[in-house]
Amino acid sequence: MSAQADVIELAARQARPAASGAGPAPVRIIVGYGFWIFLLSDIILFSALFATYAVLRGETAGGPSAHELFELRHAGIETLALLLSSYTCGLGVLAMEQRRMSAFNLCCALTFLLGATFLSLEVSEFAGLLARGAGPSRSAFLSAFFSLVGLHGAHVTVGLLWLVFLMAQTARRGPLDFVRRRTLCFSLFWHALDIIWVALLTLVYLMGAR
Amino acid sequence: MEESGASSVTVTGKGPGVAENETSASFWTYTAGLAFALLLTAASFIVAQTDLLWPAGVPAGLAVLAIAQMGVHLVFFLHIGTDPDHTNNVLALAFGVFIVVLVVVGSLWIMGHLNANMVSSSAVMEMQR
Repeated sequence: MSAQADVIELAARQARPAASGAGPAPVRIIVGYGFWIFLLSDIILFSALFATYAVLRGETAGGPSAHELFELRHAGIETLALLLSSYTCGLGVLAMEQRRMSAFNLCCALTFLLGATFLSLEVSEFAGLLARGAGPSRSAFLSAFFSLVGLHGAHVTVGLLWLVFLMAQTARRGPLDFVRRRTLCFSLFWHALDIIWVALLTLVYLMGAR
Repeated sequence: MEESGASSVTVTGKGPGVAENETSASFWTYTAGLAFALLLTAASFIVAQTDLLWPAGVPAGLAVLAIAQMGVHLVFFLHIGTDPDHTNNVLALAFGVFIVVLVVVGSLWIMGHLNANMVSSSAVMEMQR
């Protein structure tokens, strides 16, 4: 009975993973799928804040408008930092798959630096707005702005902390299967943040600065 | 590189969870993705800052460029593709997009009509007097 179960399990493991009912898919694909569903729910959370911002962006209550507050050059540098960090993150996953650990560490360090650059630019922008009296309590437009951009910034912060833990774990445990799955999940998270930033840049900065 | 990795997996008979779906990713995938993303971002900035497009069409142009760039990110960075392994991912994405469109377009539509039909707050105060 147990030998039969072994045979079945072996066959299941050797079967090509597919949605065709060929048997259980590899853990890596299942983990990626589960994390992808989490990311989509996160994007739906963001969509509520995007809708809020889109509705409220004209409600300045006599305060400063998007056109007066936002600088495109600043947003452009932020975009560049985030795009390049997504690129280095992807190269990091490739290096992990090829067991090139020093390349992996280099890519992760670059990803962290670029992510931190983005975050520090965003914090300095927020500080500048607060110093001008354009804080989240000034108008409905600014409340929506700080909620939307702040939530994205919070995600980037969590991503940077996750990256530090990932690097520490990789250094300690090496490229084991579970470490590689976590690296894959981190890269999915980081790329998804980039997608959200594209929408944010377009709606908030590019459409707002006109 | 990935091909050799995948074949060594089958040879050694390692368990599940080993590099099966990384075959679609390579250095050039990411590099092409970065190049497309940078191009589309640059195009967005040009459209936003110049009068290249008819002014009233600029928001639509920016939206098109943003959606194109999200597509680039999905395909080149997140590797959402037509592979059988991706069927579930694509279905989940389709449902996610459906909900996002429902939330955003629905909110804008409803709030736009509310705004148009709303009595202004000063008029409400007049009525309460």
